[in-house]
Amino acid sequence: MKRRILSIMLTLALVILLTQQSALAVDDGFSSVYTYNYDYWGEVVESPDAYRVEQVVSSASLNLEVPMSSPQSLFATGNTLYIVDRGNNRVLQTVRTGYTFSLSRIIDTATGTEDDYKTAEAVYKARKAYEDLIKQREDAEKKLDQLKTELKDLDYSEQEEILTEEEKQKAGEKTEQKEKEIQETELLIEQLAEQMPAAYDTALEEETKAREAGCRIWQYEAWHKDEEGKVTSTLDSPNDISVDKDGNMYFADTNNQRILKTDKDCNLLWEFVKPLDSTFDQKYSFLPTKIVTDSTGRVFALATSVNKGLIKFEADGTFTGFIGANKVTYNTWDYIWKRYLSTREQRAQMADFVPTEYKNLYIDQDGFIYATNVNFSEYDLMGDGAKPIRRLNMLGDDILIKNDRYPPIGDLDWKEGMTPNDYHGPSKLYDITVLDDDMYCAIDRSRGRIFGYDQQGIMLWAFGTRGAMEGASNGAVSIEHMGYDLIMLDEFTGNITVFTPTKYGQMIYQANHQYLTGDYDGSAATWKDVQKLNANYKLAYIGIGRAQMRKEDFTGAMENFKTAYSRVNYGKAYRYYRQEWMEKNILWVALAIGALVVFLLLRGMRRKSKWEVFEHERSKAFKQR
Amino acid sequence: MKEARLSNSAEAVFPAEKGSGRYLSSLRYALHVITHPFDGFWDLNREKKGSMAAAHTILALFLITYVMKLMYTNFQFIMVPVQYINVYERIISLALIFLVLCLANWALTTLFDGKGRFKDIYMGLCYALTPYVLIQLPCILLSHLLAYDEAEFYSVLISFSEIWCAFLAFIALMEIHDFGPAKTLVFIIATVVGALVIIFLVMVLLSLISDAYSFFVSLYKEIRFRLY
Repeated sequence: MKRRILSIMLTLALVILLTQQSALAVDDGFSSVYTYNYDYWGEVVESPDAYRVEQVVSSASLNLEVPMSSPQSLFATGNTLYIVDRGNNRVLQTVRTGYTFSLSRIIDTATGTEDDYKTAEAVYKARKAYEDLIKQREDAEKKLDQLKTELKDLDYSEQEEILTEEEKQKAGEKTEQKEKEIQETELLIEQLAEQMPAAYDTALEEETKAREAGCRIWQYEAWHKDEEGKVTSTLDSPNDISVDKDGNMYFADTNNQRILKTDKDCNLLWEFVKPLDSTFDQKYSFLPTKIVTDSTGRVFALATSVNKGLIKFEADGTFTGFIGANKVTYNTWDYIWKRYLSTREQRAQMADFVPTEYKNLYIDQDGFIYATNVNFSEYDLMGDGAKPIRRLNMLGDDILIKNDRYPPIGDLDWKEGMTPNDYHGPSKLYDITVLDDDMYCAIDRSRGRIFGYDQQGIMLWAFGTRGAMEGASNGAVSIEHMGYDLIMLDEFTGNITVFTPTKYGQMIYQANHQYLTGDYDGSAATWKDVQKLNANYKLAYIGIGRAQMRKEDFTGAMENFKTAYSRVNYGKAYRYYRQEWMEKNILWVALAIGALVVFLLLRGMRRKSKWEVFEHERSKAFKQR
Repeated sequence: MKEARLSNSAEAVFPAEKGSGRYLSSLRYALHVITHPFDGFWDLNREKKGSMAAAHTILALFLITYVMKLMYTNFQFIMVPVQYINVYERIISLALIFLVLCLANWALTTLFDGKGRFKDIYMGLCYALTPYVLIQLPCILLSHLLAYDEAEFYSVLISFSEIWCAFLAFIALMEIHDFGPAKTLVFIIATVVGALVIIFLVMVLLSLISDAYSFFVSLYKEIRFRLY
């Protein structure tokens, strides 16, 4: 009896202990976010959470005097996170220690040297003169166009209406006057065109001179010299920042029309400005919005209304062209409509077919640039014509690997919006970040959702939503990562959400890493653990199958590949399996083929003899007749 | 001329029999038709070489092949969402499309002195489906012997069978109606349009019937409500 009571008590104690532990495991204070994935048929498959919200960093938690206003970009390196606070013309540098982010400094001013400031003035004047000429010429051309249309209208009215003599004379005078004006404008344009090469040469000469003198200030207007002779420049609507491994900072200082390069103490190192180059359209301002820098100090920038691709600057500041231009896309019907079915006036009002601009950039450890793109037609998307995510090499070719049934385009479900507030249409991937092992995560602004892909372009998971809860966002603009933690920036609230991988998420990364580093057994074991948490995870089956194939367990591999609907892998496993089978059963196969040949021969002989008998009979009958 | 050629062929040697023998020989005649379509389809009805029983059989085999292809082909070559497929629905809809096409063709060609009756058209088109069965049924087996990068072998065979069937159907209609090739082509296009019209009319009819039905149901309900 005593024993029984004891055992009951022990069991009870055990049960209590276990339940307590499991309760602890569930409630760790992190909010969870709805996570899902897609199966082969493009249907949503719910999944355990790959990420959970670790914390939300806000202006208040950073103790900012002026709250963030329309922050645009994040940049993380080591434990440091830079936040580009566009509305306040500043960049916040924060440091993460443990779980807390704390503000370490506010960057809004760069300092230059007095010598540079002096040298820069001459360059500025020469350049300004050249730009003025361009502007004057443009204005004149516009005026000429207007005059020509006015003249045309006059001619037209003369033809149409029956006029009195007096009116006719008046109209004639008017025409004469217009013609005279046109001649004058044409002359002006000619004169301006004559002046331009000289002005260009002067500007170039001044630039070369300044360069030789070691001048580093190029955007003269942005700099100020105070009474003490201190030369400073403040940021104006910065949109992006990039920091290289030496700690040098590059700012996409948009409204100052420059990319500012400073050392880590904000001393000016170089200014990248609008290149004086014929391939660069001089009519437009140079408004850099996104920048990345590679390990050799080259700068790649996106700029507003530049649609030739990424603007590339060498480390010494020279402009060396564009890379990775988007191809012009249009559909056939639009083309026919525009080319053949519309009048000139209609055509003039229509939008031109121009290449689209990229939305955002990220440069990975190997120096490949990931670019996202949000302007495309939905029609192009599923056929992989739109390529919203690209991986550009130095020639500007897209080398992103896509081995899944669906290309990496974000969400596959383009919900039709019922209300204007509801999202609809394909994902708008506003930013991308690349983790270790070429895994990448892109953020969809329209859904507030993050999509993770592995190096094969297979979706790892998707999570997040629109809204005001923890982990949700309505104005996601930027995503960064620290290790495997993802950091998302919301433009409207200025909130920075830090997501940290759950055990499930960690295991996915781990299994992938183990496979890539050659630890196939370890990878298979990890994938099996993933499978325990999510039996519907396609990648786990593929991962286990691959490991089985290494161990020459082809039937097992085939089974797993079939479950994952991976045709290519199945085909490979099947070939090995078939070869093995043939080698084992070669005798039987040979026997079967031999038997078939013998059977066919015998059948032929029988038929032949039958035919001969028939012929014989027929000839006999013929003879009888 | 036709008589002379016929006397040399195997069919002249093994003449048509009665009963089950005739059924088997008419079924076997399909093999002759697909290799000699011009003569074969001409003789199909005019010389009574084919039979309706054989035509039904070939159609049934075609439908079975179609479904078996969906269900049992290795997933490397065909990806069918098996979880969403209703086999009976697929069979019935395919058979209906086939019949509607026959009907549309018959309805149009009788107006423009086509020689074929509905029975002839049905039989001819059924016989034209023979290569589909003969090639695609073994292809199901083949799909389990090939690997993914050998998919070309499989797809070539499949498209070959489909092109062959289309060619046979064309010849069948040409021979049955005694049309020229251009006229046949025009009527094939017209047949497709006609089939769409038939489907449209049937749908209109069905919706009218359902409207009428619901009208009488509500009438009945109303009366019952008033009287009790």
